Order: sequence, then structure tokens, then C-alpha cells
Amino acid sequence: MKIVVCIKQVPDTTEVKLDPKTNTLIRDGVPSIINPDDKAGIETALQLKEKLNDGSTVTIVSMGPPQADVALREALAMGADEAYLLSDRAFGGSDTYATSTIIAAALKKIGYDLVITGRQAIDGDTAQVGPQIAEHIGIPQVSYAEEIVSIDNEKVVVKRQFEDRYHILELPLPCLITALAELAEPRYMSVRGIYDAYREKEVKVLGFEDLKELFNPEYIGLKGSPTNVYKSFTKQAKGAGTKYADVSADEAVKIIVDKLEERHII
Amino acid sequence: MDFSLSKEHKLLQEMYRKFAETEIKPLAQEIDEEERFPRESVPKLARYGFFGIPYPKEYGGQGGDYLAYAMAIEELAKVCATTATLVAAHATLCVFPIYQFGNEEQKRKYLPDLLSGKKLGAFGLTEPGAGSDSSMQQTKAYRDGDNYILNGTKCFITNAGEADVYIISTMTDKSKGNKGITTFIVDGDTPGFSIGKHEKKMGIRGSATADLIFENAVVPASNMLGQEGQGFKIMMSTLDAGRISIGALALGIAEGAYDACYKYVKERKQFGKNIAAFQNTQFELADIKTRIDAAQLICYRAACEKEAGRPYGLYAAQCKYLCAATASDATRRCLQLFGGYGYMREYDIERMMRDAKITEIYEGTSEVQKIVIANHLKIK
Amino acid sequence: MSKDVYVLMEQRDGELAKVGVELIGEATKLAGDLGQQVVAVLLGSGIKDKAEKCIHYGANKVIIVDDPALAEYLTEPYADAVTAVIEKYQPEIFLFGASSIGRDLAPRVSARIHTGLTADCTGLDIDPETKLLRMTRPAFGGNIMATILCKDYRPQMATVRPGVMQALAKDKARTGEIEELKVEFKAPLVKIREVVKNEHKTVDITEAKYLVSGGRGIGSPEFFNELQKLADVLGGEISSSRANVDAGWIDKSRQVGQTGKTVRPDLYMACGISGAIQHVAGMEGSEYIIAINKNDTAPIFDLADIGIVGDVKVIIPKLTEAVAKAKAAKNAE
Repeated sequence: MKIVVCIKQVPDTTEVKLDPKTNTLIRDGVPSIINPDDKAGIETALQLKEKLNDGSTVTIVSMGPPQADVALREALAMGADEAYLLSDRAFGGSDTYATSTIIAAALKKIGYDLVITGRQAIDGDTAQVGPQIAEHIGIPQVSYAEEIVSIDNEKVVVKRQFEDRYHILELPLPCLITALAELAEPRYMSVRGIYDAYREKEVKVLGFEDLKELFNPEYIGLKGSPTNVYKSFTKQAKGAGTKYADVSADEAVKIIVDKLEERHII
Repeated sequence: MDFSLSKEHKLLQEMYRKFAETEIKPLAQEIDEEERFPRESVPKLARYGFFGIPYPKEYGGQGGDYLAYAMAIEELAKVCATTATLVAAHATLCVFPIYQFGNEEQKRKYLPDLLSGKKLGAFGLTEPGAGSDSSMQQTKAYRDGDNYILNGTKCFITNAGEADVYIISTMTDKSKGNKGITTFIVDGDTPGFSIGKHEKKMGIRGSATADLIFENAVVPASNMLGQEGQGFKIMMSTLDAGRISIGALALGIAEGAYDACYKYVKERKQFGKNIAAFQNTQFELADIKTRIDAAQLICYRAACEKEAGRPYGLYAAQCKYLCAATASDATRRCLQLFGGYGYMREYDIERMMRDAKITEIYEGTSEVQKIVIANHLKIK
Repeated sequence: MSKDVYVLMEQRDGELAKVGVELIGEATKLAGDLGQQVVAVLLGSGIKDKAEKCIHYGANKVIIVDDPALAEYLTEPYADAVTAVIEKYQPEIFLFGASSIGRDLAPRVSARIHTGLTADCTGLDIDPETKLLRMTRPAFGGNIMATILCKDYRPQMATVRPGVMQALAKDKARTGEIEELKVEFKAPLVKIREVVKNEHKTVDITEAKYLVSGGRGIGSPEFFNELQKLADVLGGEISSSRANVDAGWIDKSRQVGQTGKTVRPDLYMACGISGAIQHVAGMEGSEYIIAINKNDTAPIFDLADIGIVGDVKVIIPKLTEAVAKAKAAKNAE
């Protein structure tokens, strides 16, 4: 079975700031990591490979700038078999629709039986790319997978969490699963894995030329994105709010209840 | 000269850090408090390759280099000197002599289990009357057919009782002094070999430190490392290599103290401002960090010289000497910046200060390092 | 020509989810600015009787797809149904709840019909000049807000965070049109083997939406019972500063702070917590902080949105009662 995991390299913090002049993210000095949900996806794929133990392979796909190479090396060092970096200036500025269009094209080129993506990335928090990929390549999906109950060469059985219930779902292969971080606690890279990732394995780069037959070139990149950012701004810094020093207990209660109602907490 | 780390080393460092922070750090205070060997960490360290970093894959090692190994010890020591000690005692003191001086049969027999961490190793040289002066050792071995019979006591042995394989130096010919020393690989379950009392220590309190007792212990002659009388050379060359790892360990302690202090001074407020705003704090940390960076340079250099196959004895001794001194100095001064909280066991800094002291003592005291350095420099 | 603001009415076992009602409220505002109508899309099996309710909450029109294939949520039939609605009616705007259903369904649909989708919006409005929908959402864990436009494709689609938008008061006098749409469903590839409801989950304070946290100022271990009562009426959990954990008053798993857990709830109520840096490190990311403390100079007041100088032991029981009353009043509506 060919298991393909789609990952994203993200800044290792949610504490990023906006440059007030350019209105772009300040990423200097912020280390990059594999998005946590995606990492759980890698671990899940590796566990499935070990469980199947039938020559199944784990392939990692990431779209990003050349620096995303290190995220793919990390996945290789965890034990993945091969890695593809989808990188081209033409891909820049893609929204979720355009991104999923590009990744879907790469999947058509690489081949897949089971596709795993993280639920959502900690930078964008959209959770859209996974289901959009599934639609583009026309395979069924299960998002928010909490547990893979069983797998064989025809189907996979997944536990899927909702707000008030869970479903045990049976999906025929090929299909796409979006993983919650809870799906699997990711292993570390091993020392040997790191050496192998640089010495024995390679990160193959696919650009526009490699994929142009497999997508509509008008549907990718900044121009091909249906949505665009009109403006971005930093949420107002949290400082001291209002302090009430001379209120009775009843007044205090009223102040709090009003605020809770205003914020729809009650 | 290019001082930047390779891509591999950068990724290794990232992995070591994450592993140490997540898996090792949470236990550090507890094992110190309880004076308990961190048994539960051994399989984890094994899984990710910590026990076999600078050894070839053909024997089950990770195929890494000595710098990668030193960096692993450094990162572990940043969060827990006890754990770093158990790895260093295994990977250098026990594995190195087998790899370097063992015959093919011995290597095939012992290395795969040691390098994978299935078995843990230890090293026994020190005796009650033979510390820095190894020629005074009293543990004797004599040949009896296909075996050697060992009698005597080793003391202060790291990983004692926890290890499965011990490298033991013995006197086979007292009249020859250091040239009468012979080294054996001794299995933990050898009849006549037992573990004596466990020491209560000032620092690295989770590390198992005990006597090894040999009472007519029967060791097969095939377990002799090298030839009779080669033991001194084997042990000294092992200690040479060990100095790099203990240097890295001391370096890690210093860095751990600096990191904790750096964070603290930005949070702790006195007289209405963060203590980081005081010039004394800035000067102290500037000075400490400069010393740490200098120590790191000589440590990494020693590792790279060894990896390159060049003579590294001088650098290794300098590395151990300087890193250990830096660790003691940095932990003491960082603790001072913590003030009263630094003296409390709730914070890691007092443990780091206690742990740092051992690096000036074990695997050759700082005074011994200065003798070695002076000899290399042919000062006399 | 596309028109009207469409809203997906989520239902579970025939019961309308709150988020759909909130969406109608928000859609009413948007439709007003556009001079258009609000259309509720009701998908399910045996749910026709819920159409009236959608109108009572403000929908001008309801489109029902009632089919056994829609009894339990499955991506394929739901995506087919929504696509059929969009293709037939050409909405200007289509809103979904950012629930586990909405965030599974909406991206699938947007990819199919080729339009933009903005996730987990917390603010929506209409640009007075261009008449475009401005969709505002948090990114980077809420540190950055971005306003997104979808200029060239229709419908403009968004998933909207539950609990943010204001529902309209129910008004049984409202009237509207109800229309049923028949959709041909293929047998889905995905099969439901089992549905298990209301699974009991273990308490994890990092996942709680609301935390009522006790510090040294609560005075006794018994007072945690009072905090628990407040947490219960709010639908949250209790947590603690280190002192009370060390004193054995409460389990270590509920400790917030440097040596405990880092939490980011929507509401953090610091009760008798002074706000030492070690504690603040674990809760400063909270969305909204209310602090109650006797000590006027407690550092917790430096970061609280609402600070009350007063005695928690007096205020908390009264507050619990008041919250319970306010909630009961809401439910009676």
C-alpha cells in the first residue's frame, strides 16, 4: 500500500507578530516545525506501515519554499521512505483552493492508496486543504479522525469524532483521512534516521513544469486563488482591563454576569 | 575555518533537544530527590540511538561521528546530568575499548547488544587505593586454564549493578607496575562477581555508583581485551576519549544553568524592574556565556580532531578541564542570580550546581588534566 | 445572477443545532445590507417540521432536502445536497457553522463548485461600496486577524465560529416560504458501522472552554466545591494555582502555571489568585480573564479584563446563583 502524508512547515509558535509597515508576518528568528497535526499523520502512516508489514511505503508531500526541505528530511528521519517538495514561484500566494489543486496534481503524479493530512495547520487554522484535495482527486474523506480501528488492502475503518457523538466509518481505498494530533503521539527522529535522511534518501522537487499537465494553470498561485486577504491586523494587545475597587458583592456579580452575557458565555 | 554545524548536525541537535526536554527533563528532579536510577529512560534512549552514536552500522551502531555524540551528551546534560552520565559511561567507557581493542569475535559478541542499548555497559578502573594513580591497583587476575580468576574491589563505579557488561582492569603482574595491567570484559552475571554498597552522593544522585566486588570471579580468557599487560594503554586511551564526552557533559550543565538563569532574570522583578535590567546581571551573564562559548569551541574541536583521526589527547584534556571549570563557575554564579529561590530545591539550579562539581573529579580530576596538558606541551 | 444569503441549518437527530440559528441572525444583518433575503437550507431525514422554526428565527425562506440518506451526517450525500441547492438557486453568500460537520462539508463543496471558502470566521460584514462580503477570521492561534474577500466566484462561502454570532429572538409571527428540493443520491462509498453518542471524556483542563480557577485566597479545600458549582453552571471546569495543589487540596492535573499546564480558555476566572509570574505563564493566553481578589495590588489585575477587588467567598456563591438564573431565563425563551 502506498500511504501518502501531506505536511506543512509552520512557524513554531502562535506568538508571531505583524510588521506594522508591510503588514506581513515577522518570521525572523522564529524556528519552523512540522505542523503538529501533520506530524501525527506521519506517525500514523509509519505505524500503519509497520502494522501492515507487507512492503507498504510512506511518502511525504509538502508544498512550500525551498527551506521546507528540512521538514521533509525530518519526516524521512522519522522513517518515511520518500519525500516530495512542491516548490515553485508560480505556487506562491495560493489560498486553500489553489493549494489543494496543486497537491491533488502531485498526488495524481505520485500515486496513492491512502492519503493522510493533518486536520489543520497552526498558522492558518483553516482545516480546508484536506477535504479539498479529496474532492479534487475524487476520493472519499474522513476528517477529524481520532483512531484508525483497522486497515487492510481494501478498506480502512476509522473512528471520527463529532461534538456529541462519534462514528465508526468504513472507507474503501483509496481515500483521505485528516488526522487529529490525538491520532498518534509522534516518534522522534532517530540518530540513524537523520543520517539516512541526508545520505541515503532524497527530497524530490516538483515544480510547475512537472505538474502543469495535471492542473489548470489558471487555478493556482495568487492569481488562481478565489480568496485573497483584504487586510490583516494584530488583535489588540491584552493589557489591564477595568478594575472595580469599590463595589459591593451584588454589584460585582452584576458586572460579571453582564460581561458573560455580552460575550455569549451565558 | 567554518564554525557552522552541518545540516545533519543541526537536525541531530534539534532532535536531541526535543527528546531531552520532553523525555528526560521531567524526571531530572525526581530521580535526584529519590536517588533513583532512571531505568525507564534506558529503552527510550535505546530506541532513538543514543547508546551507539559514533559507531558503525555494521555492529549495530548509528553510523555517526564523534561530534554528533558529544552534542548528544551535551543536550542530555543540559536537562539532566545523571542521564548524560549513564550514557557517557556506557558509550565511551565500556563500548570504546571493545570497539577499539577487541578482536572480531568479541566485537560481534558484545557490540550489537551494547550499541542497541539492549545491554548497558560500565567501566571499572578506580579502587579505594588507586584513584588518579592507577599503578597502585590491587585487583588481581591470574590464569587458570582457559579462565582468569579475578579478586579485588573496584569503587565509585558508574552504572554499577545496572550494567550487563563491565570493562575491568586488573593487575596480572604487580612487578611490572602499569605494564602489568590487563583488561577484561566481564559479564554482569559472572560467578564470583557482585555489587557492593551504593554510594550516596552530592550530585548526579540518580546515577548508580557502587563497588564492584570480585571474589574468585571466573572470567574466560577469551574475554581478555588485547594482550596481557596492555591494560594501561587500553584504559588510558579510553579515558582520552572519555574526556571529550565528560567535557561535553560539563558544557551541557553550564548551558542548562545559563538558559534557566537567562529566563529567570527576565521574569524576576526587584526594585520595580526585571533583574535583567541591572548591570550586574548583564555583566554576569555576558561573562558566563563567553566562557561557555569558549568551552564549547574546544569541546567541539576535540571531537572533530578525534573524528579526523588526528592526535587529540591534548584537546581532550583541555576540553575536560575547561568545560568542568566552566560548569562549576557558571552554575555557582547563575545560582547567585537566582537569589533565595536558587537555593531552593524546587528550582533546578541548585541541582545543576551539585551535579557540576563531579565533572571536575570523575574520569580524571582537573589536576590530572593539567598534568596531561603540561605533558603534551612538554613544559617540564 | 446570484442572490440571497444562504445558511446551512445543522441538525442532529432532527434537533436544530444552535449554530444554525446564530447564522440566521447574522445572515439577516448581511441580507439587510444587500437588500436580499435569508434562506435556510435544512438537510436531514424526517425534518420537515423544523422548517417553521427556521422561519420563526428569521429565515425568509427554507429549502428542505428530506431524504433517508441524510439521516446521519456523511460527507458524500451532504455535499451532493448542498451542491444541488447551490446549482439550482445560485446563492450570493453561503454560511456554514464552523462545527465538525461544517468544516468537513464546506471545503468539499467549495472545491466541487470552484469558489472561495474562508474558515472559522468571527466577523462578517458587507463592504458598503463593492457589496462584497468581508470575512474576518483569526489565524496564528488568534494573534492575527485577517479579513478575506472572494471577489470573482459565487457563492462567497464561509464557516462561522459557533457562539460568536447573535441569534434573533424567536418570533412565531414570522412567515416565510418553504420549498422542498428532491436530490438523487448515489449509494455512498463510506459506510457508517456504528454511531455512539455522548461519549464520556476525561477531564483535561487545557480543553475546557471556561475555567474557574482557585488560588490561595479561597482559604480552604472545601471552597473548591463552590468553584465547582460555578463551573458546572457555566459548563466549564475548575483549575488551581500551585499552592493549593501542593497543599493537597486538589489534583495536580488541574494545576495551571509554569510547573502545571498552559491553558487558553475562552474564559478564565481567577478566584483568589494573586498572579505570580509562574501562574501567569500558564494562563496569559486566555481569551477573557476575570479576576476576583481581596488585595487591591495583586498582579493578576494587570492582565485581567475585569478585575473585582472583593472577597471570593462572598461573591462566588452569589455569582453561581445569578448565572444559573440568567441561563434559566435564556432557556425559557
